Amino acid sequence: MSQIEIAELNVDLDDQGYLTDHNQWTKEIAVAIAGEEGIIELTDRHFVVIDFMRKEFKETGTGPSIRRLTKQSGVPTKELYALFPGGPAKKAARIAGIKKPEGCI
Amino acid sequence: MKQLLILGAGTAGTMMVNKLEPVLDKDEWQITVVDQYETHYYQPGFLFIPFGIYTKKDVMKPKRDFFPSGVDVIFSGIDKIIPDQNQVLLDNGKVLKYDFLFIATGSKINPGETEGLQGEGWHKNIFDFYTIEGSLALAKYLKYWEGGKLVLNIAEMPIKCPVAPLEFVFLSDWWFTEQGIRDKVEIEYVTPLPGAFTKPRASKVFGDFLDKKNINLTSDYNIARVEPAENKIVSWEEKEISYDLLISIPTNMGDPVIERSGLGDELNFIPTDKETLQSKKFENIFVLGDATDLPSSKAGSVAHFQADILFDNFLSIIDNRPMKAKFDGHANCYIESGFGKGILIDFNYDTEPLPGKFPLPGIGPFSLLEETKMNHYGKMMFRWMYWNLLLKGAELPIEAQMTMAGKRV
Repeated sequence: MSQIEIAELNVDLDDQGYLTDHNQWTKEIAVAIAGEEGIIELTDRHFVVIDFMRKEFKETGTGPSIRRLTKQSGVPTKELYALFPGGPAKKAARIAGIKKPEGCI
Repeated sequence: MKQLLILGAGTAGTMMVNKLEPVLDKDEWQITVVDQYETHYYQPGFLFIPFGIYTKKDVMKPKRDFFPSGVDVIFSGIDKIIPDQNQVLLDNGKVLKYDFLFIATGSKINPGETEGLQGEGWHKNIFDFYTIEGSLALAKYLKYWEGGKLVLNIAEMPIKCPVAPLEFVFLSDWWFTEQGIRDKVEIEYVTPLPGAFTKPRASKVFGDFLDKKNINLTSDYNIARVEPAENKIVSWEEKEISYDLLISIPTNMGDPVIERSGLGDELNFIPTDKETLQSKKFENIFVLGDATDLPSSKAGSVAHFQADILFDNFLSIIDNRPMKAKFDGHANCYIESGFGKGILIDFNYDTEPLPGKFPLPGIGPFSLLEETKMNHYGKMMFRWMYWNLLLKGAELPIEAQMTMAGKRV
């Protein structure tokens, strides 16, 4: 575990850059992490996804799969990939301040 | 008379019937098993059919051969499970009551989930090898194929037997070499995973094998659609990959009856306690094999280890004792790597595949995460063990829980 400063906000991250405590999450942190991920602006549509992920995490203890995301949040798959290029489930989880989704095998 | 109802007589359901039938008191318990199909397929054998190693006959037997005589067997589709009333409605109109329900309805490929996959190219130059129909059609096609670009694509995780796609490309490399056309075939492995496999050490080892065998790896690829007229697949990010022959592992989903009964997640897999195999919603329902939503492999070996655990726990429950046996996610997979060799992996929820010897520490005869001829013999011998021992519920010399003995960390 390491503590780094994102935009002068102190927050604990694991070795892959995910928040270790989702309670430390704020919108400012989301914006800062999104910037690191190459997403310059977080729009309302981004926050539809982020809010859904945080709600899911609180209820189930894990982030949703992409399939669950599109079915439950109302954001179509195509848009999801446009909002979070290169891996919506993982990137959105990091920006939403929750654990990395469990890879299944 | 108490009723134990088992839905699904595939690998998991059949093993469970055979384990419980001899020990449950016949004056107290009636076991009933329901399945819609009369033929049992040895699914690991589907991989070998396209390469002419197995024929249809090698992978089929009547299900009836594997049920003990005291069990009530019903061949019918299942309309609906109604857990609040402890009953199951069958397609043939029958209503079955149960005290305990085991759901072992498995998982199947759903090519309809990917746009264009089941279109004009399906079973023409697009094939699956997860069904008997797909592997037989592919065998015919490969026999006359003169070469080109073979693309194997995994649509979405999780899939049944996550090592089978790797085995398919390893065997392809061998088969095309044998046919004398390897120089005319380009092989590309296209996966949504970040590497050749999920767990880091195995992913590295398998990645090196792909390299060595001159198979290209494209990772983090999420297919959106197939354009069969153009012979290309397209990702959600509009990345196109062209093919002459597409081998698809379509989206895997649980049985539609799970959806009709409101028991599943988005993929119709049933939320299940990862240690006890009890349904998360209903105390008298247990789930085993591919039908669960557990983060373990969907594979016969896993179903086998789960059956051992559920057997112990079920006997505790009917004696009004707490469940003590815990499933640890144990999986054990023989991976054909071509040219008469194989690789073996053994792992669970917490421990990734590691190198070492198996099952006897330091001795083997099998080697973990290494390519040997002995591992290949293990795989080929397994078909006999499956039909003659495993399905019949016999004890195998492998513990249900994974052991660290013999593994090098």
